[in-house]
Amino acid sequence: MTGGNSRSLRRAVDPRAYQIAALSTLLVLGLFRFGFDVPLTHVAVTLTSALAGQWLAARMGWPSARASSTSRTPFEWRSALISGLSLCLLLRAPHAVWMALAAFVALGSKFALRVPRADGAGTKHILNPTNGAIVLLLLAGAPVWLSPSQWGHHLGLALAVAGFGSLVVHRSARSDVTLAFLVAWAAVLFGRAAWVGQAWVAPLHQLENGSVALYAFHMISDPKTTPDSRAGRIAFACLVALGAGFVQFVLFRTNGLLWSLAAASLFVPLLDRWLPGRGFEWSAPGTGAHREEVRHAQSGIPWPARAAGGVRTV
Amino acid sequence: MRSRVFHGLLALLAVCAPFEAARAFCGFYVASGESKLFNHKSQVVLVRDEDRTVMTLASDYEGDPKEFALVVPVPVVLKRGQIHVGDSSLVGKLDAYSAPRLVEYHDPDPCPVAGLSWGAPRSLLSAKSMAEVSVSAERRIDQGVRIEARYEVDEYDVLILSADDSGSLLTWLTRHGYRVPAQANRVVASYLNQGMKFFVAKVDLRRRAARGLTTLRPLQIAYESPRFMLPVRLGMANANGPQELFVYAVTRTGRVEAVNYRNLKLPESVEVPAFVKRDFSSVWRVAFDRLVDRNGMGVVYTEYAWNLTTCDPCPSPPLTREEQRALGVWWLDDDPSVFVTRLHARYDRASFPEDLVLQTTADRANFQCRVVVHNEWTGEARCENANTYRKSLPSRRAREAAALAELTGWPLDRIRTSMGVNTAWLAAGESLTPYKTSSWWESLWK
Repeated sequence: MTGGNSRSLRRAVDPRAYQIAALSTLLVLGLFRFGFDVPLTHVAVTLTSALAGQWLAARMGWPSARASSTSRTPFEWRSALISGLSLCLLLRAPHAVWMALAAFVALGSKFALRVPRADGAGTKHILNPTNGAIVLLLLAGAPVWLSPSQWGHHLGLALAVAGFGSLVVHRSARSDVTLAFLVAWAAVLFGRAAWVGQAWVAPLHQLENGSVALYAFHMISDPKTTPDSRAGRIAFACLVALGAGFVQFVLFRTNGLLWSLAAASLFVPLLDRWLPGRGFEWSAPGTGAHREEVRHAQSGIPWPARAAGGVRTV
Repeated sequence: MRSRVFHGLLALLAVCAPFEAARAFCGFYVASGESKLFNHKSQVVLVRDEDRTVMTLASDYEGDPKEFALVVPVPVVLKRGQIHVGDSSLVGKLDAYSAPRLVEYHDPDPCPVAGLSWGAPRSLLSAKSMAEVSVSAERRIDQGVRIEARYEVDEYDVLILSADDSGSLLTWLTRHGYRVPAQANRVVASYLNQGMKFFVAKVDLRRRAARGLTTLRPLQIAYESPRFMLPVRLGMANANGPQELFVYAVTRTGRVEAVNYRNLKLPESVEVPAFVKRDFSSVWRVAFDRLVDRNGMGVVYTEYAWNLTTCDPCPSPPLTREEQRALGVWWLDDDPSVFVTRLHARYDRASFPEDLVLQTTADRANFQCRVVVHNEWTGEARCENANTYRKSLPSRRAREAAALAELTGWPLDRIRTSMGVNTAWLAAGESLTPYKTSSWWESLWK
């Protein structure tokens, strides 16, 4: 059917293509419009390192969620490029070598820090690679930092980032985690302002930060590291927002969103067991599982593939 | 007479006294007519490492000292030993050391004689104890306000106050002679709800006179708290127009930047026409106004970031080890690393809706803002190189004028007039080929 074919064709576009376009545009804007203090050599080194790391991992046959035990690990350059671009947007370092290390750690965390999937279908990496690299480097005391206000506080820019990002999350049909996070984070910020008696302009100022939009649409939305079910993702988003509020307003530390995302990611396997769902595949960016589908999968009876065509059978 | 609460300072200050003659911008000496440059100015030195902070609050208040009062939210109740009165000159020295600088070069003779060489650049800027009095800490409840501590610190009377609600605190302050604006109520309430205390200081005229003091010396407080922030909101409660904030952040590890406001660096090096040196402070004021116009006020500018023990060029000498220690750098015995960042923000209530939160980074790259002028060589032409040099001048003048126009927004015509050149970038009667080749024999027997 024509409608079905066009839908299939539309769905065939990898959401990562949108994300690469969006992140690249943001990086160019940041460098040449917002005055990011990032040497171009750092950008080149980061992207090269990410791609090289991914290629090396593929050559060595390191595990991939996509690869079966008998097939050769594919060179997923899109994911590596996204990790590299994200690091360029977020991380700052005095020397390019730290950016290269961050890229390798990002890629390495994807292959090394894995847990079995709740549905038994292979393994799943725990940390969003970019988030994992940043947190691990900060924990190790590396001389790196983030500039969370580099975008300024322009609602227009935030909306532009959101617009770009929405393409990505809608293509991967995981907009629920983004929306849930934005609602939960707004609740935390406005709730805290109400608690201490601040004027509403203060939490509004915090929400308008371009970095929040970037985080919501391009990091927490990572479909590979968020819970498999919609309910799980919403719970996850709320957990991240609460954790970030704790770091920022109780511990008075910076980068609360990143610390919280890393910590909450450790609970994703539990959430997947508690609220099971269908694993994500970039080739079939569906929304996640229905309970009925999961039951079929667990019983060993293949669930009929939908138009998305990506339901994995075990 | 009621004391007034000095409001420009960091802030918190609740009310205030008009700033009369704010000192010249950034430590540059300017004519008295320029004294309103960057008025409503607050200067704060923050020495920070891990969770320890030493804050020095410098006032450019020049009014009647009995009208002066300072109200600052602090995260903890301070003990007597955590409060100090510093040397008035320290912040001024740090200001002069870190200010955007005008650097002057002199073009060399294009036909040098033996022994002469290009001159080294030099900066145009000539850039320039606490006696333990009685300590009586007491905790008393007075009209819903708790006096957590009361100290006499040199010429200052200091109170550390806490309260259950802002109304009680404001009433108490008003009753005790502090003129606090009604608009401060909500801001004060938010600080109290965050568990912060209020550091209140007034000048004791008798002790001040006994010490023979004529200026207001900066108060310094040392505390340990994970909060690395400046409570600027209270100072805006009654602010009349934008205020200027200068933060000199001294750390062991590297540059300091704002977490919740956009950071931008000033231009690192700009070459402008030489006439700028005649009134650099005015030019710089216009340049900064233009920056703010372009980027809005919710921006924190990095004006200087450097190892505090060195500079190049030096508008004034770096602070000595003793001066660093006096500012609160406590780690010098263990580690000589001291890095300073100078931040400058112009803000009002709308552009700074929340307190300024800062973070220390690992960035130790030196950064300074230099405005460079080249004095043209005007000597007698004695060789062909002089012609080459003269021919290069119009294009350089055009570049410098364009840079100044970009910096200040001034029209090129105005700049050309100040430079004394025409549209071809030539001065009246100027020759591009002042050296005329003579016949080979003319100097043969001279």
